[in-house]
Amino acid sequence: MNIKFNNVYVEGVSTVAGPFVIEGPLKGKFDKTFNDFYDGEKTFEQCEIKELVECVKVLLNKTNTNEEDINVALSADLMNQITISNFAFSKLNIPYLGIYNACASMCEGILLASCIIDDEKTKRAIVTTSSHNMTAERQYRNPVEYGAPKPKTSTFTVTGATSIMLTNNKTDIKVTSATIGKVIDMGVMNVFDMGSVMTPSAAYTLNEHLKSTNTTVDDYDLILTGDLGVYGKKIFIDYCKEEYNIKIGDNYDDSATIIYDYQNEDIYAGGSGPSCLPLVVYSDIIPKMKSRELKKVLLIATGALMSPTTCNQKLSIPSVSHAICLEVI
Amino acid sequence: MNKQKYQELTKKHSPKENKVKNMIIAFVVGGLIGVLGQLLVDIYINVGSISKDEATSLMMVTLIFLSCLFTAIGFFDNWVAKAGAGLFVPITGFAHATTSSALDYKKEGFVMGIGSNIFKLSGSVILYGVIAAYVFGIIRFVFFGG
Repeated sequence: MNIKFNNVYVEGVSTVAGPFVIEGPLKGKFDKTFNDFYDGEKTFEQCEIKELVECVKVLLNKTNTNEEDINVALSADLMNQITISNFAFSKLNIPYLGIYNACASMCEGILLASCIIDDEKTKRAIVTTSSHNMTAERQYRNPVEYGAPKPKTSTFTVTGATSIMLTNNKTDIKVTSATIGKVIDMGVMNVFDMGSVMTPSAAYTLNEHLKSTNTTVDDYDLILTGDLGVYGKKIFIDYCKEEYNIKIGDNYDDSATIIYDYQNEDIYAGGSGPSCLPLVVYSDIIPKMKSRELKKVLLIATGALMSPTTCNQKLSIPSVSHAICLEVI
Repeated sequence: MNKQKYQELTKKHSPKENKVKNMIIAFVVGGLIGVLGQLLVDIYINVGSISKDEATSLMMVTLIFLSCLFTAIGFFDNWVAKAGAGLFVPITGFAHATTSSALDYKKEGFVMGIGSNIFKLSGSVILYGVIAAYVFGIIRFVFFGG
């Protein structure tokens, strides 16, 4: 389903990045960084909560707003019961909605927030995401100090928090439309290969978006998928061609392959997590849009809806992807 | 595209794991652990003047201790990730799995944290190890006279 927006603009963005990410190709582009997985806190979870709160405060600072100026906040993370978001917003005086679509949460949040503010009854909304390599490892995989070798298709959850402020006051960057994806299950069972899990849903959402907006892939300066990874990216290009006859060109990239430095770090197939795409977009793509280097960008956040319980019960992993179109006006 | 065709497509782009290289590394590292064990046994017999059985037990305790210590200090997971089965199949792997679970749940308390979760990874080894010991013990008793 495609939704068009008339009055949604990006007022500001903020990023907080942690270990590995800060050494990657986007080094120096983040608003705030931290060097170790605890950052002075007692546990990884508390560290993640702290970074999310910091991220919102940086955003408020950058946009010269107060907590009272924000009408609603939508937040997502990877933990059970979206714990990180819940606890972070207990420290912030902002009306709050918790959302979850795994790594597709960024676009889910932006499209929901856009729906809320588009009618001008409410003025400002923020959308935040958070992920932390160690908290994700603990919940979805093995204890963090356990070193069993991983296959090359594994991804490495990014550590960082991101936030974006949307408003209906005109700014340079407009959220023009969004496409809500369907949950697709192609029978992939391998928990170490999220790229294969998410590719069909990403391709479906891309096709839906192009169809309903009457555009082609060449109309966009950049099409950026969430976290398909090195191998998922190749599958995506082939799958789009075979299934939907869409020829993906040079204007396509995947944020999982942008966020880390492959030469120096042992990070397998790239980054993942709800913060992977927004860290790339807010630190690199939005500045490029402000300088008019990029004018029309399609973001497809891809989410593997994985649960360790159902994986152990031998059920395959479903996935969902949502798309957002940003344009410079 | 049906599921089967999609599986073929993903297979085409999936990287090949270098099994031969992994096996050679596991063989060499596992062998080195064996050499280290033998060395420890010889040292304990010659320096400590104890029997071979006692020296073997002591060697196992030493390897377990070292593997737990290195896990706790924080670099053993990198070794295991590189060496693969050479490190996680011998007794060092069992110790590593148990210690890493204990470390992970330390912050959740001694009972609900460490107590409930310490054997999260290694519990299967204990359970099926005990069952297998019973089964083979009975077979030995019945057919070979104990």
